[in-house]
Amino acid sequence: MQGTPIDTATRHLAETSRWKPLECAFWLVAFGAIWLLPSHHLILNEIIITALFAMSLDLILGYAGIASLGHAAFFGFGAYFAGIFAILVIGDPLTGLVLAMLASGALGFITSFLVLRGVDLARLMVTLGVALVLGEIANKMTWLTGGADGLQGVMMGPVLGLFEFDLYGRTAYVYSLVVTFLLFLLARRIVVSPFGLSLRTIRDNPLRARAIGIPVNRRLIAVYTLAAAYAGAAGALLAQTTQFVSLDVIALHRSADVLLMLVIGGTGYLYGGFAGAIVFKVLQDVISNWTPQYWTFWIGLILVILVLIGRERMNHQAAVLWARLRGKPEPRPRTIVGGH
Amino acid sequence: MAEPLLQLAQLSAGYGLARVINDVSLTLEAGRSLAVLGRNGTGKTTLLNTIIGATRHLGGTIRFEGRDITKLRSDLRARGGIGWVPQERNIFKSLTVEENLTAVAQPGAWDVEAVYRLFPRLKERRGNMGNQLSGGEQQMLAVARALVLNPRLILLDEPTEGLAPIIIEELLAALKRITRDEGLSAIIVEQHAQKILGVTDAAIILDRGAIVHQSTSASLIADPAPLETHLGVTGKKAGVRGGH
Repeated sequence: MQGTPIDTATRHLAETSRWKPLECAFWLVAFGAIWLLPSHHLILNEIIITALFAMSLDLILGYAGIASLGHAAFFGFGAYFAGIFAILVIGDPLTGLVLAMLASGALGFITSFLVLRGVDLARLMVTLGVALVLGEIANKMTWLTGGADGLQGVMMGPVLGLFEFDLYGRTAYVYSLVVTFLLFLLARRIVVSPFGLSLRTIRDNPLRARAIGIPVNRRLIAVYTLAAAYAGAAGALLAQTTQFVSLDVIALHRSADVLLMLVIGGTGYLYGGFAGAIVFKVLQDVISNWTPQYWTFWIGLILVILVLIGRERMNHQAAVLWARLRGKPEPRPRTIVGGH
Repeated sequence: MAEPLLQLAQLSAGYGLARVINDVSLTLEAGRSLAVLGRNGTGKTTLLNTIIGATRHLGGTIRFEGRDITKLRSDLRARGGIGWVPQERNIFKSLTVEENLTAVAQPGAWDVEAVYRLFPRLKERRGNMGNQLSGGEQQMLAVARALVLNPRLILLDEPTEGLAPIIIEELLAALKRITRDEGLSAIIVEQHAQKILGVTDAAIILDRGAIVHQSTSASLIADPAPLETHLGVTGKKAGVRGGH
């Protein structure tokens, strides 16, 4: 009966980490867009950054069950940190990115202790409160952040000393995409590891998880810190690729938008943030071109319909239709990576 | 003289303001198993919940392997060697069978392959989600999940409740193997004495949160009068039969 949990975990990781065809297709399209959609790099850059931000929220909401209305606090903190670092210290994007991630992670670690207290509504209020406090600090510290005028004068050096940021957003998109892909790979590894599985047990039932030996608070602190670092990375990418930071990065609507993206795309399987960000941003782009005054009305209506019909049901129906077209047996509802 | 594995001394506990178990004292030696019997609502589940740390402590002490764990967090008790199979099984529904096991496994003799050998049915269902299992399979998974923690003591709360007779036989055989062959200590809460006395070494009967009878399982099988007195079942109805 000899064996170790490490052997089991390694085998489990190997089994669950296999790439599915749909995943490969997704990333091939994302990288293919570098050459296939050269005139859309700016919007693609915005989408991929938003997707990374949504993925960071998915780590805490979808895997650990922590609802947050203030996740933009870390996004904004990362953005300001990267912007100020570029102005005051050095314009190297990678150095700024790594340090912004660490700083946001540190902020997440400190605030995670507040999140541990209470559940659901209390957590929503605490996270919202943290974002409001940071937003007001950013607003008042005009000498550092530029306040309501925004942080100006951010000058970024070339990525790896080779690739200058250009007006058409090509370098920006490639840079954001590669960073997001690497962070996605790490997140993908984490969520299927015993650590990731234990997060899902906490989401399912924290009391029972604790009673079967899972250190609930430590796990929640760890994932909250990680998610904050990811959100900080997304904020830093935005600051570096747009070379501007405004109070908007930390505003309530940004936290709400990213939550909506997860409602659209689904939680607990990492790709929900990507799907939600694509749908949300494309809808925003298309509808605001069509009707600049009322685009929020249409977005809201679509969201209401989506929730009423049920995303899972729509996904399943699409899969059934696809299977019928191919003459294959109808699939059962399933996920791509972990989750449910 | 070696310390007993588990020692409860004048233990009282409950939920909120309600005191459910009162002044309970008992000792369990390593490698021994104990049946906790009693009618509904007499504090059997609360006793197990108190040992794992899921109730409000109102008095007394719990010592495990000589160490006072009365104030220890429940996750540390579990990591420290107390496995728990709750009454509702509480399988994590969004995890597969294997993920339920991998999420909590600790180094030791009981690894995932070992519990698959004990419950081959789980191996067949390793890719199924927790909510796709039958009641019996969920109970097997709950026991297996406790075993991969490699505990020195396993607490089982009404493990046979709601299961088909054939599944109960399978489960009891596994429990017998765990306690008798592998020497794992166990406390098994059960309403139906006949099911469990053949598996355990000793038994207590609880009434209104206190121990009203304490003896070996063999003596209860030989003389079921205490069962008639405290559980209201006749020896014949209790159907106690030897299993040693």
